[in-house]
Amino acid sequence: MPQPMPPAAFPVTNFLGDLIRAHFAPPMSDLLNGLLAIMALLAVVALTPICLIWLERKVCAHFQARLGPMRVGWHGLMQPLADGIKLLFKEVLKPEGADTFLFFLAPILPATASFLVLTVIPFDHHFQVTDLDAGLLFVIAASGLNIFGVLLAGWASNNKYSLLGGIRSGAQMLSYEISLALIMLLVVLLSGTASLREIVLTQQGTVLDWWICKFPGFGALAFIMFLISSTAELNRGPFDMVEAESELTGGFTTEYSGISFAMFFLAEFVNMFASAALATTFFLGGFLAPRFGLAALDGLLASVPGVLWFFLKSYGVILCFMWFRWTFPRPRVDQLMALEWKIMLPINLGLLTLGGLFLGLGWIAP
Amino acid sequence: MTTPPVRANSRRNTGPGGHLVQRIFRGVISLAQGLRLTMGYLLHPARVVTQQYPENRATLVLPPRFRARLVMVRDAKGQHHCTACGMCEKACPNGTISVLPGQDGSGKKILGKYIYRLLQCTLCNLCVETCPFGAIAMGQDFELAAYDRQALVLVLHEERQGTSS
Amino acid sequence: MPAVSSRAPIKDTTCAAPPMRPAGFIRSPAGDGLTDEYFLNMGPQHPSTHGVLRLVLRLDGENILEVVPHLGYVHRGIEKIGENQTYIQNIHLTDRLDYLSAHSNNLCLCLAMEKALDIGVPERGEYIRVMVCELQRIQSHLLWWGVMGMDMGAITAFLYGFKEREPITNIFEEMCGARLTMNFFRPGGSAMDVPDTFIPRVRGVIAHLKPALDEYHTLLSNNVIFQARTKGIGILPAASALAYGCSGPVLRGSGVNLDLRRHFPYSIYDRFDFDIPLGQAGDCYDRYLIRLEEMAQSLRILEQAAAAFPTGPYRSKEKAQYRLPRGSHYAQVETSRGLFGVYIVADGSAKPYRIKYRSPSFANLMVINELVRGHKLADLVAIISTLDLVIPDMDR
Repeated sequence: MPQPMPPAAFPVTNFLGDLIRAHFAPPMSDLLNGLLAIMALLAVVALTPICLIWLERKVCAHFQARLGPMRVGWHGLMQPLADGIKLLFKEVLKPEGADTFLFFLAPILPATASFLVLTVIPFDHHFQVTDLDAGLLFVIAASGLNIFGVLLAGWASNNKYSLLGGIRSGAQMLSYEISLALIMLLVVLLSGTASLREIVLTQQGTVLDWWICKFPGFGALAFIMFLISSTAELNRGPFDMVEAESELTGGFTTEYSGISFAMFFLAEFVNMFASAALATTFFLGGFLAPRFGLAALDGLLASVPGVLWFFLKSYGVILCFMWFRWTFPRPRVDQLMALEWKIMLPINLGLLTLGGLFLGLGWIAP
Repeated sequence: MTTPPVRANSRRNTGPGGHLVQRIFRGVISLAQGLRLTMGYLLHPARVVTQQYPENRATLVLPPRFRARLVMVRDAKGQHHCTACGMCEKACPNGTISVLPGQDGSGKKILGKYIYRLLQCTLCNLCVETCPFGAIAMGQDFELAAYDRQALVLVLHEERQGTSS
Repeated sequence: MPAVSSRAPIKDTTCAAPPMRPAGFIRSPAGDGLTDEYFLNMGPQHPSTHGVLRLVLRLDGENILEVVPHLGYVHRGIEKIGENQTYIQNIHLTDRLDYLSAHSNNLCLCLAMEKALDIGVPERGEYIRVMVCELQRIQSHLLWWGVMGMDMGAITAFLYGFKEREPITNIFEEMCGARLTMNFFRPGGSAMDVPDTFIPRVRGVIAHLKPALDEYHTLLSNNVIFQARTKGIGILPAASALAYGCSGPVLRGSGVNLDLRRHFPYSIYDRFDFDIPLGQAGDCYDRYLIRLEEMAQSLRILEQAAAAFPTGPYRSKEKAQYRLPRGSHYAQVETSRGLFGVYIVADGSAKPYRIKYRSPSFANLMVINELVRGHKLADLVAIISTLDLVIPDMDR
């Protein structure tokens, strides 16, 4: 079982929390603290796409032996701001015959889903909006809203090509959700808990105690399976035939423009961050600083706050997502489905079995 | 004499073959090699090939034969060599050039007006090749956009630039 | 009374009946009668950047039943304009047909003129012609490779292809002043001599491109996703390819050994040692590999030519006016797309009576219905990519 760690000092949050608890009675103080936490998370959700848009464009450019945005700000740092302003000022169109309520509800759902997933992710020892005991189940449930939003967008557009694109995308996301859930199940099995914070805490110790290494050989395989499933869930990377079959259909986002389109765009980037955060939490030790067993080095590394480690590792995973996208051609839709149902599903089931076996034989312990 | 055909697409069978596990393994290796290739470009920013135009105008060097818009060649004294023979006008495929002769004091034919319609010019270089006196040349000024069509009908002999600018 | 032949009319068994009638589609009932066919328009503007090609597709769900291309969106009347231009002025119009093989097109017209007027070309002029045309072939195939990668989703490939094109474009820029519409060849040689930097730059290109081609194999050819999308897709039987008049890599992909540079040699191609890559299965992957291999073979030709590059005049004596004798004159070259031909009907004046260009892309496109039979929508992109069409070449 994981050793309890002393809480690190968080002067600002502790101070704010104590202040509110001093002035308000428990139900009110909890509510206010919760609201503050949500606002902080909203700030993360708002700033993440700004960083990621810039990062995506620069990383993409350098993969392609070019420079990327260079003019708007130093090396293009203000480019996301320019993009955001452009999208804000664009006219928001609604196609004739489209169901207004559903049409405008659809972009909100993926954004909500990604926000909900982020509420249970531990950014640091006590830097989490809420630590549910069934946090992982909550994550799987909230991810379902993504699929819902996509299907709704395809339907509500009153456009047969959007519908086709939406259905196809929904089918893809549903299929890969299964793989994703199986890998998450594996992590639950190995760590013995569904609370995300506890899962991170089971990875205490050296770098070799991270689940990517602790499950010998197969931890890395599980990590790669998680990455592939996440890429497909995000409709990104080599699995973006919905957006890219744009010779024929524009996918489910065809009829969206302006702020509605911006919401889908934002949701994609926040989802990417959420998937990376989950990968970090499950396999890379979350907010734990890497320890190598060398006292001086470990001391130095541990002096960096956990939240910084968390972001570093997450952005490393995000770099992997971008790496996949800009290197690989995309498979055909039926080949994509075959990959999931014929290759990944058996492998994930096998991993689950092996995980149980290793646990039962006592070869690994949480 | 025909040489026997060469089945030179020997790479065809280097892809994944064999049973499923072997295919998956070799497939994954092929993907990893592609990843390594692109990461090589990310990690070496010196391999970037783009130039920052227009910031690099000062150091931009165009080859001497570069064909941008037509200019009239002038010698050290600022004189042009056009005799209004009209051969460039005939050589031009689409009537871009109009050579209007004039007369000097003694009634000799000289150049009156040399009209060059940049709007129509295909930069084919035929006029320059035909000119027997080397009076015209294709210069290096490629920044030719204008807001007004009239600005693109040029009167070459009145321009005071040097040779290829 | 002449004997009436009692022989039955000869059936054309070389290929299936042509699926397209001029009126448009052939209505055939859908397989089970339960689903409707529908039409999809792959409009003249689409991100596949093959130019302004409009394809109207008849689909049954995902499966393509028929493709009807609508051409003419880039028709500029080049052949008609050519009737009012002298032969030398026509050369710059050929640049604008298949702009990726501008030099080869220029060469074809010059060959027709030389044949008609019995003009010879000096050694250096011939070497310049071969080297420039092979550089152009490499440049065209690099662009094709980049676009193919982009169509398949590997957008990075597009940038890599264009990156490698740049040295070749710079050679052309230094040589004739233009990067796209060259207007460089003339009957008897070329308009001007190549600069002194030409051979060193060509050697640089050769040294640079050999490892680049290996990179291309790593990025796309060996990639399992790419292979899954191109192997077994768009199989073209050799008989069909010949019947439709396909040429170039499309024809050679089906295993037909026909390359004008070897079998109907022009210029001095018969002096160079190079292989002709052929396909086995006739699918997209074969056509793809052939073009990559052709680049390697072009590098071989360039090496040999650079080693033997002579001095001397670059053009034989220029004529004041070129008046082709009455009659028809024809010349053909192997461009990157296939067989490009120029057919001139001359009436003895300085301008052609009729000049007709035989476009390789036009014939290659016509085989599209054979290729897409039994395939899905997503395969259409791969198939169009490997046909390597340049629409201005088709529309003229």
